[in-house]
Amino acid sequence: MRRIDLHLLGPLVALVGLFILGALLNPAFLAPANLSNVVGRSAFIGLIAIGMTFVITQGGLDLSVGSMAAFLAGITIMAMNALVPLTGVNWGTILIGMGVALGGGLLAGGVNGALITKARIEAFIVTLGTMGIFRSLMTWLADGGTLSLDSGLRALYRPVYFGGIGWVTWPIIIFALAAIIGEFVMRHTRFGRHVEAIGSNDRVARYSAIDVERVRLTTYVILGALVGLATILYVPRLGSASGSTGTLWELEAIAAVIIGGTALKGGTGRVWGTVVGVLILSLIDNILNLANLVSPYLNGAIQGVIIVLAVVLQREKRAAE
Amino acid sequence: MIRRNLLKLPLAAAALSLAAGMAVAQDAEKKVIGVSIPSATHGFMGGLNWHAQDTIKRLNATYPNLEFVLTTAGEAAKQVSDIEDMLATRNIDGLVVLPFESEPLTDPVKQVKAAGKFVTVVDRGLAEEGIEDLYVAGDNTAFGRVAGEYFRDNLKPGAKIVVLRGIPTTLDNERVDAFQAALAGSDKEILDMQHGNWNRDDAFKVMQDYLAKYPEIDAVWAADDDMAIGVLEAIAQAGRQDQMIVVGGAGMKDIVKRIMDKDPQLPVNVTYPPALISSALEMTALHFVSSAPMAGRYIIASQLITPENAEQFYFPDSPF
Repeated sequence: MRRIDLHLLGPLVALVGLFILGALLNPAFLAPANLSNVVGRSAFIGLIAIGMTFVITQGGLDLSVGSMAAFLAGITIMAMNALVPLTGVNWGTILIGMGVALGGGLLAGGVNGALITKARIEAFIVTLGTMGIFRSLMTWLADGGTLSLDSGLRALYRPVYFGGIGWVTWPIIIFALAAIIGEFVMRHTRFGRHVEAIGSNDRVARYSAIDVERVRLTTYVILGALVGLATILYVPRLGSASGSTGTLWELEAIAAVIIGGTALKGGTGRVWGTVVGVLILSLIDNILNLANLVSPYLNGAIQGVIIVLAVVLQREKRAAE
Repeated sequence: MIRRNLLKLPLAAAALSLAAGMAVAQDAEKKVIGVSIPSATHGFMGGLNWHAQDTIKRLNATYPNLEFVLTTAGEAAKQVSDIEDMLATRNIDGLVVLPFESEPLTDPVKQVKAAGKFVTVVDRGLAEEGIEDLYVAGDNTAFGRVAGEYFRDNLKPGAKIVVLRGIPTTLDNERVDAFQAALAGSDKEILDMQHGNWNRDDAFKVMQDYLAKYPEIDAVWAADDDMAIGVLEAIAQAGRQDQMIVVGGAGMKDIVKRIMDKDPQLPVNVTYPPALISSALEMTALHFVSSAPMAGRYIIASQLITPENAEQFYFPDSPF
């Protein structure tokens, strides 16, 4: 029992290590403003990674999330800008915009899921395809440039990213709530157990009368909705979206899930681990910027080393079993 | 793809009207000019694509005997294929190319030149000298120097500066070296230089971290207006708007508008116009329709945009 605990705690040890390192290198690291920044800006990847945990646990994958976020941000901004003359600059317009993001996310996730489960195409291929489609659509909608939100709406909408209760901004609160709900669903509901069962052996799951296709489809729809939620938080930050919005978010989300101890081949999902993984990725960036340890050309290499180390930490324990 | 085909529609229409008016146009021989540029992946390239299409439309109307074939590529390998296709199937007489990367494009463009075509290279030079007939580019050294000189002459003694760099490339190095050279020996101090990758989100994060790290910052060289947008947002979040100025670059319309309106946070900007593709297209067209000599090197100056002259750099219709 104790051995398994150590193995589980691998990513947490890495997180605490980074925390101590950051505090030693620069006292500004522990300032509440800095910690609030770091957790706040990891909320987008965090929300997406929580959804990704479910998809990976059932044995799937979704490469389209970064492009999907860009596309949803684009249509959200366009919808709100189009509504300004009709409904005016008020929270009603913003709520409709949020509805577009969330609805678009559900729909996009549904399309991914339906192509994978109904048309029976490999998840990798489907989402590689939609990744290109969403990204090109966004570039086309923006005419190769940037879509910007109406300045009146932007002033009203801005506190959704920057406001909150003291240093605890809304993105942090929503990220925390999503993590708690995600962990509960994975651990304590029938759906969560079905997701794990399908990931470890989908044939056995099917014989056990689990509706495998429906559960799989649902994981993609949940992921889509969380991408929509991430978009709702992303748009007020800079009030704009372009063809380069959300580049490589899919890889960051997948990396966070794996660092957190979820198996890439499916079967074991750990939502709290994913949260730790997201924070690790975000902290590395922050510490490198604060510390001037190495040439900025090498930032990517340091990130790579820490990601691999965080995973090695937990794999070693397993090998010792 | 749709955008490319859409663009061909007016070309087809022009070709049809040309066929109808053949008797008139007979004396002018038909010339095909291939145009190969990177696709619109970020603000600057978006602006460049817009200016390219706009100029082609104008040139088509002015010179009915010129035909343009426009391709956009998201990576160097695709651009090489595009150029090979143009030479093999479209029978081009001239090529206007903005190389995605210098090395991989050098040989294919050399082949075009060897086939006796007129070659115009835009913005990024080839790895080998003397291939192109005409070279049109912005001035990266001046881009860094003009910003550096502004800081040197206008900031208070002992002022502290942070820098956001672009994607690690030769182009970025040229700009940053010139910026540092302009400040060398002055009493201004560069605190830090990190890569914001010409991206709003990355610049936002880097600036948040600069603000956490340094209690005193007097000026930010964002070196690109997309990055300047992210920087301004991070400064606003920290509530330090009146402590530092921000100088971006490339003349994005929103930023130029704010300079026109005398925003104290954005005193100036440095041009690196995406419309340089228009200069290249116009000059290449002139080579085919006139006897004006068009060979050589044409370097577009990087100018300082100030509230006084901002109006002439403001293009409200451009996406950039």
